[in-house]
Amino acid sequence: MNILVCIKQVPETTDVRINPETNTLVRDGVQSIVNPFDMYAIEEGIRIREKHGGKVTVITMGPPQAENALREAVSLGCDEAVLLTDRAFAGADTWATSYALSMAIRKIKDFDIIICGKQAIDGDTAQVGPGISTFLDIPQITYVKKIEDIKPGFIRVERLTEEGFTAIESSLPVLLTVVKEINEPRLPSLKGKMKAKSLQIAKWTAVDIGANPEKIGLPGSPTIVNRIFTPPKKAGGRIMKGDAVQIVTELVGELREKHIV
Amino acid sequence: MEYFFNEQQKYIKEIAAKIAKEKIAPIAIECDEKEEMPWEIVKLLGESDLFSVYIPEAYGGLGGGCLDLCIAVEELSKACGGISLSLAATALGTYPILLSGNEEQKKKFLPDIARGKRLAAFCITEAGAGSDAGGIKTTARKDGDYYILNGVKQWITNGGEAEVYTVIAMTDKTKGARGASAFIVEKGTPGLSFSQKEKKMGIRASMTREVIFEDVKIHKDNLLGKEGRGFIVAMGTFDHSRPGVAAQALGIAQGAIDDCVAYGRERHQFDKPIISFQGLQFMLADMATQVEAARALVYATARAVDGGAQSFAKESAMAKLFASDVAMQVTVDAVQFFGGYGYMREYPVEKRMRDAKITQIYEGTNQIQRSVIAAHLIKEGAARKETAKV
Repeated sequence: MNILVCIKQVPETTDVRINPETNTLVRDGVQSIVNPFDMYAIEEGIRIREKHGGKVTVITMGPPQAENALREAVSLGCDEAVLLTDRAFAGADTWATSYALSMAIRKIKDFDIIICGKQAIDGDTAQVGPGISTFLDIPQITYVKKIEDIKPGFIRVERLTEEGFTAIESSLPVLLTVVKEINEPRLPSLKGKMKAKSLQIAKWTAVDIGANPEKIGLPGSPTIVNRIFTPPKKAGGRIMKGDAVQIVTELVGELREKHIV
Repeated sequence: MEYFFNEQQKYIKEIAAKIAKEKIAPIAIECDEKEEMPWEIVKLLGESDLFSVYIPEAYGGLGGGCLDLCIAVEELSKACGGISLSLAATALGTYPILLSGNEEQKKKFLPDIARGKRLAAFCITEAGAGSDAGGIKTTARKDGDYYILNGVKQWITNGGEAEVYTVIAMTDKTKGARGASAFIVEKGTPGLSFSQKEKKMGIRASMTREVIFEDVKIHKDNLLGKEGRGFIVAMGTFDHSRPGVAAQALGIAQGAIDDCVAYGRERHQFDKPIISFQGLQFMLADMATQVEAARALVYATARAVDGGAQSFAKESAMAKLFASDVAMQVTVDAVQFFGGYGYMREYPVEKRMRDAKITQIYEGTNQIQRSVIAAHLIKEGAARKETAKV
């Protein structure tokens, strides 16, 4: 079973700063961590390998320092790591990111299951996982809370819904995005740390993965961020007092006055 | 202080600190109250490879040494001086195999210990043989290819929990100290049993029991070293393990200082945080200075052990003596620092004070450490053949 885990390095703080000119994240001077949801993806990938054999390859796209996120994944038990890094990737939106990752995965070629966290804590879009599966033209199952069964060419999972869960079966290869209910991520081991320190990490550029230069980075991103702002806090409402008839009369009158009804 | 650890030692500190803070600290008081050893933590320590740090790579370890072990024990003890013993006392029980075991014995026992799959315990103390280890009554009678062990070992840390016991027993009572031998006994061997857990003042998340031998028959392959070398095995073991006790003391003491700093900044009296009062500041400064001095001695000793120093028995005794006395003083002061709250069991410092006390007692009381140190001074003096000049 060959498992690919896609992760993202994100700013540690929830106090995210935005570059006002490019409307992209300011990463300088901010401590970086592996996106917390991706930790569940890493853990699940390692558990599948422990049960079914094979190997776990972890991939990320980002600046050179994103290598640290990959090394952390290796210290937890991932076998190999690939870093997509190239100035040409900079400023990618979820579409361009999904495209680049899918091209890297095509280059890796041999895979059965791709696992992503359900979303990243910085952008919160939850789009890259599904985007990758679309580019690769393979099935996707999002919000997976449990892997029930894996057999050659087959997987059955439980997908978290608001009311409970849906049991879904799929052929392989498949892309899963996982929620935190799926497992409890382990702590790194010393042997893992030592391995992570010395592991050669493959570094691929846009040319290496054969990406169309028009589909990557800021120029390849269809998303245009016009403005980023913090929505104003809702002002407190007005509480009407009196008996039911008085209140309803007053309320309807005011709604009419404001042309709401 | 910057002690210039190597890469592996830095990782050990990082991982042990993470486990201590995230996993042990939240349950330490509860485990102490219930007098329970948390096996889920033992499992975690195993998965993180912390049991393997001092075991050679050839036997599944990370190939570090005494300092690597000290770093792990110190970090874990910052959260709980009892839970850290699953590791520290296993090391004590493992050193006889590491130091005196043959290749087969090492291959058979060390890999499981390195993975944390099996804990170990060292059995020397008896009701009548504490500081006077020569008073050991447990016997090992040769019977063909086997030895038959009889006797009761007392206050055995990890007793009942461990699966590998290294045991000092008399093979020839007529020879006194030269009649003792060391053996490996596995849990499950017929005739081996354990008492109820002892009720202790501190380190209550660590299990202490009597280990009882009633016609326990073990193969002669389980003899460690040669017959009659039991005390040499035991003394060599203590020389290696005492820095570990010292590290436990350091962790307990440092934990108490950290508690005081945090509490002192929060607790207000006379409209000020109490840490702003010079009386308490001076107290804290003295505590921190003592602990740092102890740490420097412990690490220097551990490095001497790892560096292959010819003799380190004296230094090892000094490290254990000094660090445990410092830990006792510092934890008593920490309770004082907390005032009335320090006396309450829901605050962490009274537990640290109870935990610290054992470090002055076990693996040789601090009086025995002083005897060891003095004996070396006398021996060194005699070797110099100097005469006193008036």
